[in-house]
Amino acid sequence: MHKEAAIREPLILGDDVTYSKITEDVLFTIEHEPTKLWKVLMTIATITALWGVGCILYLLGTGIGTWGLNNTMGWAWDITNFVWWVGIGHAGTLISAVLLLFRQKWRMAINRPAEAMTIFAVFMAGTFPMIHMGRIWMAYWVFPLPNQFGSLWVNFNSPLLWDVFAISTYLSVSLVFWYIGLIPDFATIRDRASRPVQKLMYSLLSFGWTGNAKAWQRFEEVSLVLAGLATPLVFSVHSIVSMDFATSIVPGWHSTIFPPYFVAGAVFSGFAMVQTLMLIARKAMRLEYIITVKHIEYMNIVIIVTGGIVGVAYSTEFFIGWYTGVQYESYVYMSAGAATGKYAWAFWSLIFCNFITPAFLWFKKVRTNLALTFIIALIINIGMWFERFDIIVTCLARDYLPSTWRMFFPTWVDLGVYIGTLGIFSVFYLLFLKYFPVLALNEVKTILKSSGERYKNMSDEEFKKLHPVFKKDIK
Amino acid sequence: MYAIYDDDYVLLESAKHLVAKGIHIRDVFSPFPIHGLDPVIGLKTTRLAITAFIYGMIGVSLAITGMWYFMIQDWPLNIGGKPNFSILTNIPSFVPVIFEFGVLCAAHGMAITFMLRNWTLPGFKGKNPYPRTTDDRFVMEIHAADSELSEDEIKALINETCVLEIDEK
Repeated sequence: MHKEAAIREPLILGDDVTYSKITEDVLFTIEHEPTKLWKVLMTIATITALWGVGCILYLLGTGIGTWGLNNTMGWAWDITNFVWWVGIGHAGTLISAVLLLFRQKWRMAINRPAEAMTIFAVFMAGTFPMIHMGRIWMAYWVFPLPNQFGSLWVNFNSPLLWDVFAISTYLSVSLVFWYIGLIPDFATIRDRASRPVQKLMYSLLSFGWTGNAKAWQRFEEVSLVLAGLATPLVFSVHSIVSMDFATSIVPGWHSTIFPPYFVAGAVFSGFAMVQTLMLIARKAMRLEYIITVKHIEYMNIVIIVTGGIVGVAYSTEFFIGWYTGVQYESYVYMSAGAATGKYAWAFWSLIFCNFITPAFLWFKKVRTNLALTFIIALIINIGMWFERFDIIVTCLARDYLPSTWRMFFPTWVDLGVYIGTLGIFSVFYLLFLKYFPVLALNEVKTILKSSGERYKNMSDEEFKKLHPVFKKDIK
Repeated sequence: MYAIYDDDYVLLESAKHLVAKGIHIRDVFSPFPIHGLDPVIGLKTTRLAITAFIYGMIGVSLAITGMWYFMIQDWPLNIGGKPNFSILTNIPSFVPVIFEFGVLCAAHGMAITFMLRNWTLPGFKGKNPYPRTTDDRFVMEIHAADSELSEDEIKALINETCVLEIDEK
């Protein structure tokens, strides 16, 4: 029998958990009519999404002059949203890939919803640079395609182009990773489906998966190698996003700690978003015995670590701003810039949300308290938005020439597109919760015997008694 | 002949017993991977990881060749005082795209190979013998012709183990 260390707390609670109970409970939402809560949320999300689509169409039809941008502030709210969404998209693949390589079994309860979140978030992120192009129908120009302008190629020295490759690779590889994990679970739904439409839909989605020994062997190999490939992706994507800023010469952007600082911040915000979504979903779908308080606590610990790294990064930036003696750098950080300038409110919101609030998670009582976790996660989400706003807007607003100093004021289109993407994201997420297996069934089942509460409390003798191999052993 | 079990542990132990008695287990259907089963029923390790490496290397060489052609050969530009003289002097700023494209090719190439080798593609029908093998049943597929024992001997041996049901179809 394969057991893990006794000091580890069980990951699946309850004495009555069997393989079929896991199947039944996880697939409950798929096999039953949607609840009232789901319908209400879906209606709100759809209206918000339609509003967002409307704003985007208006923006494209009129031009990006409808945003609050000006000559100095070429990037502001839009790129803030882009970085924010990409950051959120970092938790999923971190959970499913990095934690797979580290053999962390607790990832199995949350990897599927976290990865769904990743994919939808990266999708939302991708829309911002695209609509920022103004003429979105020219978006294919970002690819090195043969053309009739004397065959003018894209510039491979530019971090913006690296971003094109990084984000699209990240999105498509995460999607493939997620989908390969989904195939066996779609097969489970297919084999249980009673309604013909449902049966047809899930047979198409499950690609004719049979679950024989060789297929499972290949499945595990593919998961492992994809995890190995996705791990450097997780770190490279946000590093490259940070280079959009770090390789430029804007004071406050031009700093070498940006890549690790951005990656830590991304994981920080991603986990906060997973907490926000899962705390509601686990309750609404009655999956508290699989996504336990222990899981929430583990995620909070990741938030403490990455939040700590982000905090150190903030201090480093300030220290270097003073220590280098570069007047532009120190101006951004020390005087009229961040802390006391016109954007001081944004700066202090950031410090409050990302530095002070997460510190409470050091207390075990706080990080095992679901309501407090939810509030803190929500505050971190807001704080991470302010972090990107601070980096982009504060630094651009005060560059080398005082004559070019401008303020950025968002318009209703800025706001509307942002709220709209939240709506579109929620529509995708709610559809995922309703029509997709929310947890990785096949993975949760593999840890039932090693980490389930019932089996952990059992001695080897009891286990063998319960699972007799030969009929002669039954008395 | 299909031997249906309701537990992965029982199936694994039974498989060890049956194989020791000279029965060849042609396949096992289960709702999740049973660790330790592959050597028992004589499955070789898969070579998918090697294909991933090959696809990755193809991606890396394509990216290097492509950027050499676009940036050095076809239309060299002096961007920001950084002229494009040769691939060697420019390669540092090509590293991110080389890496990303390598990963892209490795991941997608391997995923497609996985689908083809498993013969799981959109529109295919699932060929598992019982629908519950994707939920909580574990099934061995045994053909009497594969071993020297007769059908009745095999059945008797399987019946020694805690099998739920033996189904012949």
